[in-house]
Amino acid sequence: MTQNSQELHDLSLTELAAALRTRRVSSVEVATYFLQRAKAYAHLGAFLDVQPDVTLAQARAADARLTSGHSGPLEGVPLAHKDIFVTKDFVTTAGSKMLEGYRSPFDATVVARLAQAGAVTLGKLNCDEFAMGSANENSAYGPVKNPWDTTRTPGGSSGGSAAAVAARLAPAATGTDTGGSIRQPSSFCGVTGIKPTYGRASRYGMVAFASSLDQAGVLARSAQDCALLLSAMCGPDPERDSTSLDVPAEDFSLKLNDSLEGLRIGMPTEFFGIGVADDVRVAIDAALKHYEALGAKLVPISLPRTELSIPVYYIIAPAEASSNLSRFDGVKFGHRARDYTDLNDMYERTRAEGFGDEVKRRIMIGTYVLSHGYYDAYYLQAQKIRRMIADDFQQAFKQCDVIAGPVAPTVAWALGGHGNDPLADYLADIFTLPASLAGLPGMSVPVGFGACHMPVGLQLIGNHLTEARLLNVAHRYQQVTDWHTARPAV
Amino acid sequence: MSLTSVDIDRLARLARIGLAPDERARLCIQLNNFFGVVEQMRAVDTAGIVPLAHPTDVLQEVALRLRHDVASEPNQRQANQRSAPAVEAGLFLVPKVIE
Repeated sequence: MTQNSQELHDLSLTELAAALRTRRVSSVEVATYFLQRAKAYAHLGAFLDVQPDVTLAQARAADARLTSGHSGPLEGVPLAHKDIFVTKDFVTTAGSKMLEGYRSPFDATVVARLAQAGAVTLGKLNCDEFAMGSANENSAYGPVKNPWDTTRTPGGSSGGSAAAVAARLAPAATGTDTGGSIRQPSSFCGVTGIKPTYGRASRYGMVAFASSLDQAGVLARSAQDCALLLSAMCGPDPERDSTSLDVPAEDFSLKLNDSLEGLRIGMPTEFFGIGVADDVRVAIDAALKHYEALGAKLVPISLPRTELSIPVYYIIAPAEASSNLSRFDGVKFGHRARDYTDLNDMYERTRAEGFGDEVKRRIMIGTYVLSHGYYDAYYLQAQKIRRMIADDFQQAFKQCDVIAGPVAPTVAWALGGHGNDPLADYLADIFTLPASLAGLPGMSVPVGFGACHMPVGLQLIGNHLTEARLLNVAHRYQQVTDWHTARPAV
Repeated sequence: MSLTSVDIDRLARLARIGLAPDERARLCIQLNNFFGVVEQMRAVDTAGIVPLAHPTDVLQEVALRLRHDVASEPNQRQANQRSAPAVEAGLFLVPKVIE
């Protein structure tokens, strides 16, 4: 091995891809190294399934392609996938007891596309059950620990993805974002994460939570690495996902170095008011100063229905979830109760045993708001306000090119910190929900540390299909700062 | 508006989720707390607003896309049934429905 293995986990995805391409290191060496690392840091709870034989076989195939010169842009690079993506060769649980040991007959489109580009799968990453949660405490397989402070949450629902990237257990990972599930854990763990425009990446093979909101994305160490991955995984999937956008795949790396001179950054008043912790505010303000130095102009804007996005989201997402999760009936796949008297009893016991508390709560909420007599007052009303929220963004984008603010009101809280109060988690989602409801792309960029040296993320929101611009805005900041290279002492 | 334990039972039945007594009591409190936050939403004037079901229909017309009516998938019965709880002769087994 010509590459010192001590340093492999310090290489960015882009550097690793280059080292593999120039044969300074082999894919098998890299995979072996990261598999050992995953094992050594098992106490973080990031991985739910590893299959070293599968990973090494993929790495050997990648090495063969690298040797023959027929390699893809991610050839031999190891990645890990959020356990929401179904995989043929790894168990897929979606963090639920309902799917314990489940083997999918196919790979999700996102997984297949990344493999097509040459990526090697290290394993599956822990997450909140069916991606429902903001602290990764709703996983049936235990919480993930934040590598910056293992008594704290990594955020959720893509907590395993964020923790794995932060602890250098994988150079990058996939995630999904329904109401902030990529941006918030990225912020809490100090990694760079992006949720593209709704419909950019195929939902085929993503275990469905709320279909009009679910969107795949990536968590990595820099905007540059995110661009590389996102370019490989996005693009239309018309035969498999009826809501995938009819927009051609794009190379998101092309505009990374564009100048920010004259860029108008909108600051929503509602994102900078009371409720934002002082330590978060200080880091965000400092980042915005950097942007001014880079030539950007700060423009005050308003997203007047920011607070309403909480009830609107927590009506719409559970409504869709209650419908999507009706498939878990103990018949075709997954858990089935052992004892029951008849078919109905089998359903009720199976679902009582298979689902965790938060999932049951959301199914109950969804069932209620879709039920006769309440549909108009809750579900339809929420969808109407959803349009108003989307329109608010379009108004705002007349005055600015991107929107910036905090990802979350605070840094990562202590595991168990919200006790038995699901509402506390919901309220903490306030700044990520609006962009999700409007289907807009959003990012989290590490911009420093708050209290107790916990990472703070700056949220960047762009208009539909402006991922390249967002990544450019993040990249230029990362060229003049080094927050994104900070590494926890795990 | 406040949900009672009778409402909780009805919802659990509709959702096919069996609830233990302590779970039912806890859910009743939690759901009522939740709908307390939802109240602010009900007061919003939405007259004349078209509900937004698909977030990007401002971007391009979202019509339900249909595939050509051809068999595109190989027969994967075995793989599909690999994770089923009870299977016999290629069929999913369920408790008797019709006497």
